[in-house]
Amino acid sequence: MTMGQPLPHDSALLHVTGAARYVDDVPLPEGGLHLAFGMASVARGEILELDVSAVRAVPGVLRVLTPDDLDPMPDCSPTVQDEPLLSREVFFHGQPIFLVVATSHLAARKAARLARVTYRELPAILTVEQALAANSRFERGPILWSRGDVDQGFAGAAHVVEGRIDVGGQEHFYLEGQVAAAIPQEDGMLVIASSQHPTEIQHKVAHALHLPMAAVRVEMRRMGGGFGGKESQGNWLAVACAVAARATGQPCKMRYDRDDDMVLTGKRHDIQIRYRAGCDAAGRLTAVDFTHLIRCGWSQDLSLAVADRAMLHADNAYFIPNIRIESHRLKTNTASATAFRGFGGPQGILGIERVMDHLAHVTGIEPAELRMRNYYLESGAGSPQTTHYGMPVEDSVCRALWNRLAETSGYAARKAAVADWNARNPVLKRGLAMVPVKFGISFTLTFLNQAGALVHVYQDGSVILNHGGTEMGQGLNQKVAQVVAGVFGLDAAQVRITASDTAKVPNTSATAASSGADMNGKAAEAAALTIRDRMAAFLAEKHQVGPDTVRFKDGMVHVAGEQYAFARVAEWVYQNRISLSSTGFYATPKINWDRIRGQGRPFLYFAYGMAVAEVVVDTLTGENRILRADILHDTGTSLNPAIDLGQIEGAFVQGAGWLTTEELVWDSKGRLSTHAPSTYKIPAVSDRPPVFNVALWNQPNREDTVGKSKAVGEPPLNLGIAVLLALSDAVAACGDGTIYPALDAPATAERVLMAVRKVQGV
Amino acid sequence: MAEVAFLLNGTPVALRDVSPTRTLLDYLRDDAGLRGTKEGCNEGDCGACTVMVQDRNGARALNACILFLAQLQGKSVRTIEGLAGPDGQLHPVQQAMIDHHGSQCGFCTPGFVTAMATAHLNGDSDHDTTLAGNLCRCTGYAPILRAARAVETAPVPDWLSAPFTLPQISSGECGGADSPPGDACHPATSDDLADWFLAHPEATLVAGATDVGLWVTKQLRDLSPVAFLNGVTDLQHIERQGGALHIGAGVTIETLRKALIPYHPSFAAMLRRFASTQIRNAATIGGNIANGSPIGDGPPALIALGATLHLRRGAEMRHLPLEDFFVDYRRQDRRPGEFVAGLSIPESAPALRCYKISKRFDQDISAVCGCFNVTVADGRVTAARIAFGGMAGIPKRARAVEQALLGQPWTLAAVRAAAGRMAQDFTPLTDMRATAAYRLTAAENLAVRYFHDLSGAPVDVLEVQP
Repeated sequence: MTMGQPLPHDSALLHVTGAARYVDDVPLPEGGLHLAFGMASVARGEILELDVSAVRAVPGVLRVLTPDDLDPMPDCSPTVQDEPLLSREVFFHGQPIFLVVATSHLAARKAARLARVTYRELPAILTVEQALAANSRFERGPILWSRGDVDQGFAGAAHVVEGRIDVGGQEHFYLEGQVAAAIPQEDGMLVIASSQHPTEIQHKVAHALHLPMAAVRVEMRRMGGGFGGKESQGNWLAVACAVAARATGQPCKMRYDRDDDMVLTGKRHDIQIRYRAGCDAAGRLTAVDFTHLIRCGWSQDLSLAVADRAMLHADNAYFIPNIRIESHRLKTNTASATAFRGFGGPQGILGIERVMDHLAHVTGIEPAELRMRNYYLESGAGSPQTTHYGMPVEDSVCRALWNRLAETSGYAARKAAVADWNARNPVLKRGLAMVPVKFGISFTLTFLNQAGALVHVYQDGSVILNHGGTEMGQGLNQKVAQVVAGVFGLDAAQVRITASDTAKVPNTSATAASSGADMNGKAAEAAALTIRDRMAAFLAEKHQVGPDTVRFKDGMVHVAGEQYAFARVAEWVYQNRISLSSTGFYATPKINWDRIRGQGRPFLYFAYGMAVAEVVVDTLTGENRILRADILHDTGTSLNPAIDLGQIEGAFVQGAGWLTTEELVWDSKGRLSTHAPSTYKIPAVSDRPPVFNVALWNQPNREDTVGKSKAVGEPPLNLGIAVLLALSDAVAACGDGTIYPALDAPATAERVLMAVRKVQGV
Repeated sequence: MAEVAFLLNGTPVALRDVSPTRTLLDYLRDDAGLRGTKEGCNEGDCGACTVMVQDRNGARALNACILFLAQLQGKSVRTIEGLAGPDGQLHPVQQAMIDHHGSQCGFCTPGFVTAMATAHLNGDSDHDTTLAGNLCRCTGYAPILRAARAVETAPVPDWLSAPFTLPQISSGECGGADSPPGDACHPATSDDLADWFLAHPEATLVAGATDVGLWVTKQLRDLSPVAFLNGVTDLQHIERQGGALHIGAGVTIETLRKALIPYHPSFAAMLRRFASTQIRNAATIGGNIANGSPIGDGPPALIALGATLHLRRGAEMRHLPLEDFFVDYRRQDRRPGEFVAGLSIPESAPALRCYKISKRFDQDISAVCGCFNVTVADGRVTAARIAFGGMAGIPKRARAVEQALLGQPWTLAAVRAAAGRMAQDFTPLTDMRATAAYRLTAAENLAVRYFHDLSGAPVDVLEVQP
C-alpha cells in the first residue's frame, strides 16, 4: 500500500542539491524587466503632489506608473474592491503609490526611493482602542453569537474570573519572499507566481487586463513557504507584473525585498480578548463571555472569515453550556492583516485556554484535571454534545489523548519535580503546562469546499498528476501522488507531479484551511478510480469475469489468475481506443453554515491534539527557554507519517514562536519597526525543544476522508499555546499564589519579567 | 578594481571591472547561473545564501548576500551546486537531509546543507552553534538536527578533502592617489593601509562587511573610495605577551571566541551569541569597535576588561582606554585617516562575567549587554569595572554603580543597593527591542545575577537541563 508510507518529500533531492526551482530562479525570457513599488511614508493622508522626475532619471528605468496612468485602477483584494494597486489616498505606511519598471531589480529598488511626495497628513487610527472609539470597523457593528443564558450561568457559578489578554500578530516569514512574473503571450498572459491561490491570481489579473479568465494562465510549481501569507498577498505583485507587461509588451518580474515584504504584506491578526468566565465548585464551566477586538488593518482582505473562525474556536475542546461572543472587526491604518496558519482559530483557542488557566489558578484545581472535567463527551459516551454554533461533536478523543499523553510525558511526576526544583532555586523557575486542541476542518465559506484533479495514464504506463492544490512545503504533492499510486497499485515515484496550472484544473480554491490533502486527494483519487475502472472493465471483459475481481497491486494487474504489467495493460487499453485520462472532482459532504446566525455544521470533522511543554524562566531578566515538549496528535490514518510528523514539529515551533519571541512593533507614526529578521525574531535552531517527543494517534477518521486521514497543516500550531501556559506556570511560582500572572503574548523576556514582578508584588 | 580571481566550485574564475559593491550572491544568481543559493533576507540574518569559503585558514560558512566579490580574492568558494561529487554522488549531509525529512519548502535547504557540510568538514558537531544563522520556518528544526547528528561520524567525501590550493592571483594592491574613484584598494599590509587611508581619509574601510554590507543591500549606498582589509594579514594575529593578549583589529569574532575560551570563558560564551557562525566568521573585532554602535557586544566586555585601544594614522600610533574612544552616539575619538589597529586586554580576569539579553538567544542584537568585572579582597570590593551596551548612545561604564560598590562588603544587600544607582548612570531608550523601563530593571537585576553567579548559584536558563 503506497498510502501511509513515510516517503520523503517528492522534491527532497532537488531541495538538497539546490536544483529545485522557485519563481525567482526561472530565467525570464529576453527583455525581462523588473518592478518595484514606490511606498507611502505616512500612515494616513492624501498625496497632494507626486513628482517622479528623479525616479525616471535613474539609468535603467523605462517606465514609472502613477495613479494617474491607470484608469480604471486595477484592484488587488480577494474579497471586496478595496485594494487599488496604486493610490493617491494613503491608508497605511508603505502603501504602494507608484510603480517603477526597470531593467534590473536593483535599479527599480533604487529609483523607487527617489520620488518627491507631498502629503496632506490625516490622523491615523492605529490601535484597537482608537478604532473602537472612532467606530472604525468592517461590517456595521460587532458580530454576536450566543448560546444559553450567560447571566444565569454566572449566577450559578462558584467561581468567576475576569480579565483580558493581548495577543500580538505574527509575520509569516516565509523564507522565499513574495514574487511573481508575467510573460505576455500572443493572446493573453502567462503568470508564474509564488501563490497559494493561482485561481485568485488568474481572476485578479484577468480583471486588471480586461481579459476573460480563459486568456490568463497561472502556473505555480512550488513556494518557499506560504503559511497563509501567499493566499491573497501575492495578488499585488501579479497584478503589477501583468499591468507592466501589458504596458511594455515585455516580461516583467517583481519580488519584494525582505524589508518591503514585511512592511507591505499582511500578518496574523493581533487580538485583544476580554473575558469573564464562571465554573461550578467542581470546575465545570457554567458561563463564558468573550469580547474579541481584532485589528484587521486598512482593507478587508480575509478578515471577516478570520474573525469568524476565532469565534468558532472560542470553545476549543470544551462544552460550554452558556456562552456569548462579541467580535469587533476593527479597521486601522496598518498593513491589512491576513490569513496565517490557523486563520483566527489560534486566537480563539488562546482565549478559552487563558480562561481555563485563570480558573485553575482561582479554583486550585490542577489545570489538566480542570480541562478533563470540561471536554466534550467522547463518541459512544452518550448523545453528542453540540458546539455553541450547533454542530454535534461526534469525534472527541480528548480524554483518551490525555490518558495516553499524561502517561508518556510523565506529567504528574514532572509536575511534582518542577515544584520541588522551584523550591530550591531562587533565581530560575520552571513551569509545566498542557494544552488540548480541537480544530474544525473545512472552509467556513462553504462553496470553497471543492477541488479538482486531472490524471493521465500514458500508453507506457507512466502516470501524470495535476490537481488544484499548491505545494508550499507541506508535502501535499507527495501525499496526493501516494493516493493516486495506491489506486493504480504503483510506487509513488511512478506518478509524476506537475506544477499547479489554471489551464489544467480550473476554479480551484486556495490551498488553505488545512484542506489541501483532504480535498485534492479525494479529487485525484476519483480521477484515478475512473481510469482504473475503465482498465478493469476492459480486462474483465477480455477474461469474462466481473470487473471488481481485477486487482491492481505492486505494479501488476491481476485478473482471472493471470497477471500483467501495468504498462502492458495501459498499452492494450490505449490500443482499444479507451480513454486513459480523467478529471476528478470532490465536494466536501455534510457541511452547511449560516455565518450571520452562527449556526450550522461548518466543518466536516475536527482534528485533535495535545501537548505538554516545560520551560525555565530567569526571574531576574525574564529570559526563558523551552526545555521539553511532548505531543500526541490526531492525523486520522496518516497518509504519510513522516510528512505529518514534520508538519506537527514545525507547527509547534511556529506556534511557540508566535507566543514568545516574535514581536511586531509599530511606532507612534504607524511605521512597522520590526521589518527585517534583524529585529523580528522567529525561532532559531536552539529555540526548538531540546527534548521533543511527537507521536501520532493514528486512529481512522470517522468521516469518509481520503484514506481515513485527517488534515494536519493548522491544528498543531495551536499546541504552541502550551509554551505560553508553561511560562505562566513558571511565573506563578514566583509569588505566593494570590496574584494571577495574566501573561500577555508574545511573552518576550520583557513581558515575562513584568509578570514576575507583578506576582511578586513589586 | 582590476581583477578578482577565485575558485568557484573548483573552477578558476577571473573577473574584470568588478564593482566594489557587487555581492557574491548577485554574481552567483545573475551572472554565474547558479541559482541554488537563495536570497532570503539580503542582510545576513537568515542563512539561505550560505556558501563555503576556503582559504589558508580553512573552511568557513559565510553569507553570500553581504559578501562582496572583492573580498574573495584568492579564495575558494563552494556553493550548493558544488557539494555533490563529480559523478553526482550526494554529499553525506545531502543524503541525510533526504533520509531524515530535513526539507519541507526547501528554500532554506541549500543554505542549511552548505552550513552543515562546512561544519562536517571542520569536524564541528555543535549544531546549535553552527546552524544558529540558518532560519527554517517549516520544520521546527527537529529533522534537520536528526540529519546533522546522523552524519557526525561519516567521513568527509574525497572531493572535499583535497587540500586547499590557492588560485593564481595577483598580490594585494592599491591604486595611487590619482586612481579612479571606483577603484578599490586591497592593501596587503597595515603599512599599505596606513599610507592609502591617509591619502583617502573619506574612504570606507571594509573588514567583514557584516554591517557595511547592509549599507549596500538595504540603504543602496555607494562605498567608494573603499579599501578591503581582509588581505591585511598582519592585523589578524592574537599574541600573548606580558600578561596581556594583543588582538589585531582584523581578527574575526569567531577566531577571537575560540582564542578566549581558556582566558575569558564568560566573554567567549557571550561571543557565541554575538551573532551567527556565518557573521562571526566574517565580522572582525576591529570593525565591531570602529563601527561605534551602542549595541555592539564586543565593547562592553572589553571595557569591563580594561582594554587599551591601538589607533594608527600614517606612521603614528595612539593608545587609549577603549571607553574613551566612544565619545557620543556614532561619534568616536578617531581622526581622519586614523584606523583601529588592535587592542590589548589582560589575559586574566576570573571575575569577568558577560550577560547578553535579547529577544532570541542566538543571532539577535542585544537589548541590554552587561559586563561585570569586580575584584573582592578580604570580603570587600577593591575594584569594579562594569560596562553596558544598549543602555546609552555609546557602550558605557556604570560609574555610579562602580563607585557605590567600592569599599563595600561583597553581599547581596550591597550589590542591590549599588544596582539602585543604575538610573544615575543610564537613561536608556525605548525601541523595538525593549522599553526603557525594562532595560533599566534588567540592568539592575544583572548586577544581582552577577552576585549569584559568583556564588555558584545557577543563573543561566541555557544551562538548565531538560
